[in-house]
Amino acid sequence: MVDAIVSILPEFLQPLSRTLLYIVAILLPLILSVAMLTYFERKVIGHMQARMGPNRVGPLGLLQPFADVIKLLIKEILLPSSANRFLFLVAPLITLVPALAVWAVMPMTPEFVLSDINAGLLFVLALTSLGVYGVILGGWASNSKYALLGAMRSAAQIVAYEIAMGFALVGVLMASGSLNLGDIIRGQEGSILHWYWLPLLPLFMVYFISGVAETNRAPFDVAEGESEIVAGFHVEYSGAAFALFFLAEYANMILIAALTAMMFLGGWLSPFQGIPVIGDTFLGASSWFWLIFKTGFFLFCFLWFRATFPRYRYDQIMRLGWKVFIPITIIWLFVEGIMVWAHVGPWFAKYGGIS
Amino acid sequence: MTSIVFWLFAVVLIAAAIGVVTSRNPVYSALYLVLAFFNSAVLWILLEAEFLGITLVLVYVGAVMVLFLFVVMMLDVNVEKLKEGFTRYMPIGVLVAALVVIQIGYVVWHKKMGLELVAEPVAHPKEFSNTEALGEVLYTQYVYPFELAAVILLVAIVAAITLTMRRRPGLKAQDINKQVAADPGSRVRLVSMKAESETLPPKPGGESS
Repeated sequence: MVDAIVSILPEFLQPLSRTLLYIVAILLPLILSVAMLTYFERKVIGHMQARMGPNRVGPLGLLQPFADVIKLLIKEILLPSSANRFLFLVAPLITLVPALAVWAVMPMTPEFVLSDINAGLLFVLALTSLGVYGVILGGWASNSKYALLGAMRSAAQIVAYEIAMGFALVGVLMASGSLNLGDIIRGQEGSILHWYWLPLLPLFMVYFISGVAETNRAPFDVAEGESEIVAGFHVEYSGAAFALFFLAEYANMILIAALTAMMFLGGWLSPFQGIPVIGDTFLGASSWFWLIFKTGFFLFCFLWFRATFPRYRYDQIMRLGWKVFIPITIIWLFVEGIMVWAHVGPWFAKYGGIS
Repeated sequence: MTSIVFWLFAVVLIAAAIGVVTSRNPVYSALYLVLAFFNSAVLWILLEAEFLGITLVLVYVGAVMVLFLFVVMMLDVNVEKLKEGFTRYMPIGVLVAALVVIQIGYVVWHKKMGLELVAEPVAHPKEFSNTEALGEVLYTQYVYPFELAAVILLVAIVAAITLTMRRRPGLKAQDINKQVAADPGSRVRLVSMKAESETLPPKPGGESS
């Protein structure tokens, strides 16, 4: 469809407009899913706590997120009198831009990916590590104690969990032998047992939990712990500036869920692949549906955690990150090295003979 | 096209580097440094070194500079006081800068350095993965220097941790294992009581709430 639209345009505009249309084709559904995720979150947590959740705006409350957006956009952006104006206004953008830019390398279907680069996974890692700047700068520029405390907590937490996340990704690299996300998914082709969740089970757990910590979600949400420091780094933000922080946080949640699905649960691959009868029907074909289904499952887990667990204490978070997750990942990398050497299962068979 | 991109990012890089030195606010200095790292990463990617470029962003921008900012924000640095000696060291600074410029100029303009002996590097095809290429040399040809660097880094980590390890008397720390091993049976006593069945007679003298 994109090509059909582009071919109408004059020759010299085609490459640029094709890229722009692809960007719109990725960002528009992403932002809509962020809106629906906020609705989903309130409904799911509501029902877990025996409440109704939003049910006033539109049928079943489905228009609630749009009402929220309109409310946030028409509110005034308050500037604290002693804030650093420039950094205060730039901070939400610094958080948002990497959160959206990462999606350039995410393969949605076997064919559709905006930028099919070799170092895709590294690009994802590099960009997700930039989001913390917005949090730190926003907290610092607000010139408020609560905001600064939130920013400091967030910085220490993200640096700690990034290492565990990076090590978990090293395990995925060892299994797939490629940094390209499409190739990582193609390497898991076969059946549900070919996916990397089985040989990399501890890394899968560590990656997802670190992802929850990295996005500052409960039970790791000390950066904005409402009961301790009001709202943490974004306590002074209002209106559209707050909405940008919000959008970035939810986009990052979807990103972590999609990445976990791609690297450990075979992305767009169907779970029925390789099963005799069902596998031959349309259910066995790989499609974007499976990616969305798996992503949705992990997003549900995010909400489930939030409704279930009490918040970690700050020193416990640091202990979990440094003293539990990092040793687990390092040990499992050694175990995986042995598995590669011994060609265990279908996962490591592609490596050549023992040399 | 490539040269336009190069000049664009090179100019921003130099401007950011000047900003690091001249800005009055240390937080701004740190941010200018982040910008400088970013632009040099782009220049590396232009040289087809995408692994190094992205790693530069990942390591320096994503981790090192975050810690830098962390420290700079916590400390109340008086920049004016730090800048007092700025002019005093000026002659040495100018000398060093001049030396560097002369050396770079010598390499770039004075082409009798044997550069013509080395063939001009050819652009690699799109499928070429320099992550793989780098890994291949690093773990075969240069495996000993690589391991040596790793050991030195490990020593640095151990040293940094030992410097901060102090046993303070009277420190109250929680033993997580002990907490996890706690037996709820020995701490909480559940008493089953019979629910109140009779309703209380209404108090005389009207309503009370």
